[in-house]
Amino acid sequence: MQVQVREIRSRFTLHVLRPTGTGMATVTDVFSPTAEETLTKEPLTPAQLAWRRFRRHKMAMFGLVLLAALIVYVIGGAFVFSEEFANFNDVGIKLLSPSAAHPFGTDAIGRDILARTVYGGQISLIIGLAAVGVSLVVGVTVGAVSGYYGGWIDSILMRFTEALLCIPQLFLLIVAAKYLSGKIPNFEMFGRTFSGSVIIIILIIGLDSWMYLARIVRSQMLSLKEQEFVTAAHCTGTSNAAIIVTHILPNTIAPIIVNATLGVANAILTEAYISFLGLGVRPPTATWGNMLENANRYLETAPWMWFFPGMLILLTVLAINFVGDGLRDALDPRAMVE
Amino acid sequence: MRSDMPTILDVKNLQTRFKTYDGLVYAVNGISYSLDEGETLGVVGESGCGKSVSVLSIMGLIPQPPGIIAGGQALYHGSDLLKKSQAELRHIRGKEIAMIFQDPMTSLNPVLTIGFQIGEALQLHMAMNAQQARDRTIELLSMVGIPQPDRAFDNYPHQFSGGMRQRAMIAMAISCLPQILIADEPTTALDVTIQAQITDLIKRLRDEIGMAIIWITHDLGIIAGLAQRVIVMYAGFIVEHASVDDVYDNPHHPYTLALLGALPRVDMSRSERLTSIPGMPPNLIGLPQGCPFAPRCHFVLEKCRQENPPLTFIALKHEIACWVDVQTGGLR
Repeated sequence: MQVQVREIRSRFTLHVLRPTGTGMATVTDVFSPTAEETLTKEPLTPAQLAWRRFRRHKMAMFGLVLLAALIVYVIGGAFVFSEEFANFNDVGIKLLSPSAAHPFGTDAIGRDILARTVYGGQISLIIGLAAVGVSLVVGVTVGAVSGYYGGWIDSILMRFTEALLCIPQLFLLIVAAKYLSGKIPNFEMFGRTFSGSVIIIILIIGLDSWMYLARIVRSQMLSLKEQEFVTAAHCTGTSNAAIIVTHILPNTIAPIIVNATLGVANAILTEAYISFLGLGVRPPTATWGNMLENANRYLETAPWMWFFPGMLILLTVLAINFVGDGLRDALDPRAMVE
Repeated sequence: MRSDMPTILDVKNLQTRFKTYDGLVYAVNGISYSLDEGETLGVVGESGCGKSVSVLSIMGLIPQPPGIIAGGQALYHGSDLLKKSQAELRHIRGKEIAMIFQDPMTSLNPVLTIGFQIGEALQLHMAMNAQQARDRTIELLSMVGIPQPDRAFDNYPHQFSGGMRQRAMIAMAISCLPQILIADEPTTALDVTIQAQITDLIKRLRDEIGMAIIWITHDLGIIAGLAQRVIVMYAGFIVEHASVDDVYDNPHHPYTLALLGALPRVDMSRSERLTSIPGMPPNLIGLPQGCPFAPRCHFVLEKCRQENPPLTFIALKHEIACWVDVQTGGLR
């Protein structure tokens, strides 16, 4: 074996070096460094590879930076303005256009719009993330169980999923919001008071958006469970639950992440339009959506009332969609376009 | 050439079928064999003859439906594996009966580290904690000849070559020191030099651990230096069962003869052509009338088309399923 390797090496070296005439003396010089290099250089993990591809995606990086700026805005802003200030109203200063004292102007009952976009942004982002959390839990569970076990379990779960998809989402949201709002009292968290309607909205949006995710996970399950490595896992005596969670789900992480990211943007938009219809989060808790609702009657007379929250919704959704797009490309090597 | 060791696995009249839209597929049709402790049994036959299905049936890995285990027994230490629940089988799989698959490219999970996949069985069956499993896994990796095993532990399958992946699969299979190792064409997807290395590795581990092996292959050359006994399968039937020497020196079934004729030999002149077996393996939908090999057989007689020959002893420890005496060409 050793002899063979050396023979191949020397033949190769001779071929390479013959023109310069250095000959056999440099066999080790030529080969040792490269061989050593390939051995010592740690190969990239899948996550590192994905991050490298993500970084090359200009729009995604732009989205990521924008998203980071927005998060700094809603968190950092809370240190500048107190919540009392955001909810403080003085009818004497109502409907002021943007000025040095109130950079984004004031609303119909004299609250500072800049401060309200900060606190409203927190709620909007929390609703977006938490609603996606709910839809992830339900969607992944339903999809995984349905796809893995198949048979009658699959039939029941999928017919139920399809039934939900048949009901127009807006209709479902309005009815659920109308019926459930006010059922949960206000609650305290992090020393602040939140309207109970936040929880309701999170649940409504979450429970209304898991169906596509469930279908994606199910279809992935169907193909992955036939893979040989799943049979190999059965062969080591791994239980069904462990096979689903540790062996199959990590393989579906890419579509789940992409779907969840885009879901955050969707949930923020959904919250905005339920709130715009007056069925969303109750005042005094601000969200970007219910700020738009307040601006409803002043579309022309006080455009700053809808411009700033509307712009923030637009930027957030745009940023998240760019990131989602970038993730889709980064996590799916086959979709690579140079 | 049966060893005097006690029997560890006794398969009796195993029948496996699959329900398909075209009809019932008769994949395994009443095969019986036994395996002694520490013995290596070769199972040969062409693709689709039921080799893999027969062992997957024993392991309880045939999805039902569409699979149907229509009958038979698989006695492991006297208790029937076919009657055990999945929960009971989970304690046997990986711990007492382990398996290596054909294609190391697809049988390792691409998103989990090599170390995790090997260590999982140890934590599951040997009640090891994560650290113990890690140490043992690194030992196993060096046992199967993977360089820098402590580093390989954290590697992902895509960082391994085909041969290294198959070594990792072997490490996974032997992790709990199984009594039976089922090797389902473990070298088919590898190139020849790696094939030889892997075969030597499994041989060495067999002697160290003292496990019995069922080696499934369609390469008669590999079996020769490895197995004590050989089963030749065709269309879900065992057609010849003999010691490895008898199969090579004194084959009696026309199919075995044809398989050996199709094998290139070093001592054959270059101008000589390899013989091929005319025709295709039969469609397994519906049981054949007569001998399943009859349509492709050189020696076929009228009786072959009428009646399927049972497996009968023609010499000590040498069974064949054939009506014809290949020496005379007449009925046996």
